[in-house]
Amino acid sequence: MTFSFWHRRKRESELEEELQSHLQMAAQDRTDRGETWEQARDAARRELGNVGLIKEVTREMWGWASFERLIQDLRYGLRMLAKSPGFTTVAILTLALGIGANTALFSVVNGVLLNPLPYPHPEQLVWLAESKPNFATGSISFPNFQDWQKNNQTFTSMGLSRGYSYNLTGLGEAEQLRGRLISSDFFAVLGVNPAIGRSFAPGEDAIGAAPVAMISGGLWKRKFGASPDVLGKSITLNGKDYSVVGVIPASFDLSLGGFKDIEIYVPIGQWDNPLLSKRGAGLGFHGIGRLKAGVTVEQARADMQRITADLAAAYPDTDKGIGGAMFPLKQTMVKDSQVFLLVLFAAVGFVLLIACVNVANLMLARSMVRTREFAIRTAMGASRGRLLRQLLTESLLLAFTGGAIGLLLAAWGTKLAIAQLPVTLPRAAEIGLDSRVLFFALVITLACGIFFGFAPALKSARPNLHDTLKEGGRGGSGSRHRAQGVFVVVEMAMALVLLIAAGLMLRSLGALWRVNPGFDSHNVLTFGVALPSTMSKAGPAGIRAALRQVDQELAAVPGVQSVSLSWGATPIVSDDEDIFWIEGQPKPTSDDEMSMALSYVVEESYLNVMRTPLERGRFFTPQDNEKASHVVVVDDSFAKQYFGDKDPVGQHIFLTNKGGRAEIVGMVAHVKQWGLDTDDKEKLHAQLYFPYMQLPDEAMALSWNGTGVMVRYDPKVPAIAESMRTAIKGISGEHVMSSTQTMDSIISESLATQQASLILLGAFAALALGLASSGIYGVISYVVQQRTQEIGVRVALGAKRTDVLHLVLGTGMKMAGVGVAIGLAAAFGLTQLMASLLFGVSATDPLTFTVVPIVLAVVALVACYVPARRATRVDPMVALRYE
Amino acid sequence: MSPRYQNRIELLQGTLDLLILQTLRWGPRHGYGISQAIRTNSGDILQVDTGSLYPALHRLERQKWISADWKVSENKQRVRAYRLTAKGKKQLESERSRWEQVSDAIAGVLNPGKRESEA
Repeated sequence: MTFSFWHRRKRESELEEELQSHLQMAAQDRTDRGETWEQARDAARRELGNVGLIKEVTREMWGWASFERLIQDLRYGLRMLAKSPGFTTVAILTLALGIGANTALFSVVNGVLLNPLPYPHPEQLVWLAESKPNFATGSISFPNFQDWQKNNQTFTSMGLSRGYSYNLTGLGEAEQLRGRLISSDFFAVLGVNPAIGRSFAPGEDAIGAAPVAMISGGLWKRKFGASPDVLGKSITLNGKDYSVVGVIPASFDLSLGGFKDIEIYVPIGQWDNPLLSKRGAGLGFHGIGRLKAGVTVEQARADMQRITADLAAAYPDTDKGIGGAMFPLKQTMVKDSQVFLLVLFAAVGFVLLIACVNVANLMLARSMVRTREFAIRTAMGASRGRLLRQLLTESLLLAFTGGAIGLLLAAWGTKLAIAQLPVTLPRAAEIGLDSRVLFFALVITLACGIFFGFAPALKSARPNLHDTLKEGGRGGSGSRHRAQGVFVVVEMAMALVLLIAAGLMLRSLGALWRVNPGFDSHNVLTFGVALPSTMSKAGPAGIRAALRQVDQELAAVPGVQSVSLSWGATPIVSDDEDIFWIEGQPKPTSDDEMSMALSYVVEESYLNVMRTPLERGRFFTPQDNEKASHVVVVDDSFAKQYFGDKDPVGQHIFLTNKGGRAEIVGMVAHVKQWGLDTDDKEKLHAQLYFPYMQLPDEAMALSWNGTGVMVRYDPKVPAIAESMRTAIKGISGEHVMSSTQTMDSIISESLATQQASLILLGAFAALALGLASSGIYGVISYVVQQRTQEIGVRVALGAKRTDVLHLVLGTGMKMAGVGVAIGLAAAFGLTQLMASLLFGVSATDPLTFTVVPIVLAVVALVACYVPARRATRVDPMVALRYE
Repeated sequence: MSPRYQNRIELLQGTLDLLILQTLRWGPRHGYGISQAIRTNSGDILQVDTGSLYPALHRLERQKWISADWKVSENKQRVRAYRLTAKGKKQLESERSRWEQVSDAIAGVLNPGKRESEA
């Protein structure tokens, strides 16, 4: 190092001497030809040209110049940035925010949408369902699935599964676990191997096979201390002993509905539901499949078309009109988040652009201060390229510092932010900083540095030497002023787009909250109760008695106002259907031609719990029990669809799976089963209420394992859920209460995407508004400063303060106006992209498109007003003397 | 006015190298001497810019085609004199032959008739 420094110094002085000797000799020649010494010296100097520049170009030939120049530029840049810490801090923080937010969102988009699924050959994985008249993606019956498995030519494997609750006993306190019934192939399809032990063998999923189970890595650790001895041990689930054959790795995480926190996997055939072997039963099973190498989804669909057509021909009663639905697995996982994420990504991109424009604006304002510096450097022999390089070095220095801080923010903040948001993203565990995210951060940092550095650099590097040096740093400001105007216009336009997007989200959420769900969600608690596994042998009468006891114990808890057991569908949470036909109409020849309705199996207090209005007739009474003749209550959609204007009360329907003929005794209001926002879009609307105690014996026999309970409680009584849990446990140590949730939180969660969109778009819009108003403030301040003399002259010539105010405000509002106009046009087109996130407002909602521009204009006006006031206080004497 | 120098170097690079190497064939010379020699030998037509000459000299030196020593001139002035190295001589040969090829080729293009009659 010292050597090269010494060496370099020597070469520098040698170069200087060499050029001096050149000059001497040239001058000598001229004096020899008869010129005076002075003449000769000046002429020789002119001939030689710009010594500084010659030196610089020559130095470049030494080879180490470019690196050295970079160091020199960096050192100079650091010095310049350190000289104005205010500017530097603001610029770096602005960029850190912009780059950080973009990197964070990109890491989410990358993890959720871009990265392949973490399974071998993920492109071969598909999600499977049955397409039915009422459901585009309905559940697959076990017999149909087995035929699909057998007869297809395009899959290497297929798996089937559904959720199921298991009461684990005999290992400490009884607890309810989330489980899945799966086919033997399920994990083989995904390519997931057990941490220890084995998966289910072919045939183990058949009805009547020996009971085996796999457990999650979490349960293994929690209950067995992660000991390998667990293999072959038996665990008691719902009163039946299962032999543990394998442990699924703790890292296993499938972002499909119902796969969260699963701790138990049991072969399908272990389910004691008699409907399992029925081809027409919809039991909530969905499938996954792995395509053979090279087979496209289209080819597989054609194959499935053939299989389902064959099945429909073979079993017309159950399979007529049933097809196979198939989507790439990743698409199924992420499709609900796609628009949400892409809209946010676009929004955060806008924020970054605004941040860049703001920094560019700061640089431009600063370059005015530095005009003289550049002029002097040019006069000293700095080439234009050299100045450009210097300015770009400075802006890249800013960008990379900002980018580094932004990357840190993203690395620390992303997971934190995701956890805070009210939305559950699919594949959230896969979000992180990988090489693609780092590359993205690098690219946007570079792009920012070049973008906000280049425009001001081009302007600054072309100083008008003569004027600048003569006028002492003023002048040449016209074009800069224009550039700043353009920046303000761009900022205003982009801020407006973001504000409108946030405004539309706000309106949507307002509209959603105003939607009447058909029930009063406040102070309603839902949970599950499972009876002891001994009840599996108690018979229907025993189960009814045990359930009535649960009812009584809960009703006796202080603060509980009404209690109803609930089976089948729960509003917004889960759906269940019944098929029926109407008395007086011909009986359909197959299940498939029957009518279908959402099915709620509840008790007499249900309307007191939910406060769903009764519109006609009566609701159930305690007398509508197992001994009485069957009754049902319908909702107004049901009545309208099947009876038109006729009164449904007194009519009869036949329920194939619930004990046959039943009389309609009442009509209630429609409940938004499918969610506040999507209920209107779903096909199946008719709703049917059935008295719990009239459940047929075979259904009642299943309900000991877990029934839903809905409770209306007094919010003034504290810890009511705990009191109820104690009451349930008081019946027997094996009574288990599980998954307590308030109806309010269920509704709130169903609006999570909209809420998260509002929060994030709102934050981005606020950020944009802040940046844009500080941008316009800065520019107007600058304009006022530039025009101080002019204003002074005007005031001296008799202009009133208000005239000055108008003059300055006019300048600002003109820019804001153009920005708002462009922003409106852009928003008009761009908000269409978020249409699927909106509810109850159009993407071009007139109110939003009117109010938001006004708000923005007012903010801009305020931002201009401060410097404008300063302009009115210009003392003409001071201003003119300064001139 | 500033970017001009650099452009000219690039424009003349090959040619200027050739001229410098050729000039140094007759013995060591300093920078000013080289520029004067080129000027005189070209009948005052070629005037080498200082801004091109020194970068070229330092570049040739770096490529080891020429070497430099400090000497004292007849006027008792310390000057940096350049001499052709063995490597530089070879380079000169190859540049010369290339130059001749190029000028023949250009001549051919400028007088196409002549070539055709030869063919």
